[in-house]
Amino acid sequence: MLKDITLGQYFPGNTVVHRLDPRTKLLLVIIYMVALFTAKWFVSYGLVLIFLLTAAWISRVRPSAMLKGLKPLLIIILLTGFLNIFYTTGGTLLVEWKFIHIYSKGLETAFFMIARIVMLIAGTFLLTYTTSPIALTDGLELLLSPLKKIKLPVHELSMMMCIALRFIPTLIEETDKIISAQKARGADFESGNLLRRAKALIPILVPLFISAFRRADELAVAMECRCYHGGEGRTRMKQLRFAPRDGVALALGALLVAAVIVLRNLGL
Amino acid sequence: MPPIIEVQNLTHIYSAGTPFERTALNKVSFSAQQGEFLGIIGHTGSGKSTLIQHLNGLLKPNDGRVLFAGEDIWKDKAFTRQVRHRVGLVFQYPEYQLFEETVYRDIAFGPKNMGLSDEEIDKRVRRAAGFVGISDEQMEKSPFELSGGQKRRVAIAGVIAMEPEVLILDEPAAGLDPAGRDAVLQNIRAYQKAQNATIIMVSHSMEEAAALADRLIVMKDGSIDMIGTPEDVFRQADRITAMGLAVPKVTQVFRRLRELGLDVPENVYTLQQAKAALLSLKGGGRRA
Repeated sequence: MLKDITLGQYFPGNTVVHRLDPRTKLLLVIIYMVALFTAKWFVSYGLVLIFLLTAAWISRVRPSAMLKGLKPLLIIILLTGFLNIFYTTGGTLLVEWKFIHIYSKGLETAFFMIARIVMLIAGTFLLTYTTSPIALTDGLELLLSPLKKIKLPVHELSMMMCIALRFIPTLIEETDKIISAQKARGADFESGNLLRRAKALIPILVPLFISAFRRADELAVAMECRCYHGGEGRTRMKQLRFAPRDGVALALGALLVAAVIVLRNLGL
Repeated sequence: MPPIIEVQNLTHIYSAGTPFERTALNKVSFSAQQGEFLGIIGHTGSGKSTLIQHLNGLLKPNDGRVLFAGEDIWKDKAFTRQVRHRVGLVFQYPEYQLFEETVYRDIAFGPKNMGLSDEEIDKRVRRAAGFVGISDEQMEKSPFELSGGQKRRVAIAGVIAMEPEVLILDEPAAGLDPAGRDAVLQNIRAYQKAQNATIIMVSHSMEEAAALADRLIVMKDGSIDMIGTPEDVFRQADRITAMGLAVPKVTQVFRRLRELGLDVPENVYTLQQAKAALLSLKGGGRRA
């Protein structure tokens, strides 16, 4: 049921990828994205793909888990592919039937677009699969901390993100419970037309919102009781430290971007 | 007549076929007669909540059967739906399910889903409100204006209004003050008496279970460890304590009295019994 949703799920592990500093991993994902968007043709895409697959292989994330995460986005991916096939002109005309024109360039663009989206998602999934939400928000906070200079509430933003991530499973569990309870009162969520089904959601949504607000309120009070007053002067129990492996990983990332840029200039 | 609820070899496994697989219930069998008050006690995680969600078809057993009045509740879709109406289930903290604008409409949600006529719905809502002591004036209020104990009673009324033959409650008195607790338990008793309904109540309070239940089911690690009258169950105090549960306070007192050499019965588990036992000890029956 609802519990099966994988939304940035973390798979605990103890591989090199898991142990990398979250800041390194965040930077690597950005580098990887730059490389992916710079890539032009099969050779450069292949290089980025090798980078991704190697990282996935080292982290021992099952390929099935990666593909499962893609499923909800299948429609968007296919739609992008379709639009590119039909709306790109150039190259040789392959099919001409009534108003449909398919050019070789269109097929090529569609292929690369799909490859780009799939690899983009797979790469970010790899990040969330191997990094716990807490580590991720910590890393993000530290990476963004220079922005405090321009009065951006970096700590508060990352705390909000952390809390949101923390409460996703709780709210899912709560939703399951409310659905069961209303079902026990004879509520029917499965039959009727769209309007009826939408209306049937009210007995779920109202209690869910109320409980979310109640939780938020309780959490706020609990945080105040422990003298939480934002990020100023706050120290950490777990300090993040760069290790040699982080340097190696970043160097590899830099190498990847450099290689892709060179290949791009060669038209590959 | 077959028992109103019969559970045969019920097994339930959560997340079957994944690494998170966990057996919540293992070959559980018992039955409940019409008009009976059944108490279920056991540790957190012993499978109580999973068990009761099978009795009205919210969960489907991985193995075994649940019979309602002699028929498998999963025999067809229509019957499963019907069973949901005839076996009322009140979850823990049911007040978190309130959603309507007025108390009246919230109580009417269940009967409305049953497809009853407006007249019948009105009758049932008022009857249910009567059982839990909600006044006409409160019926027009928003449920969110009420106190915790009142909200709880409204939520219970929402299930009672369906007039189920079997009423199942998961810790109906949890988190209430003593007055609220007594009120809720009395409401449940009143419903049982008036409708000759079967009550199945999960409870953490041994006093509650001892005072109300005709029979007790003691769950342990997904199976039934003991089943019998409160007397039978609490007589085996050592076994109960070994499970990490407690016997009622009065029973503990009387066991200690026996250890100290007083000639008192050991199967005392309610205050009334305690009073009678002490009086008879003092002077052969009535106070002089």
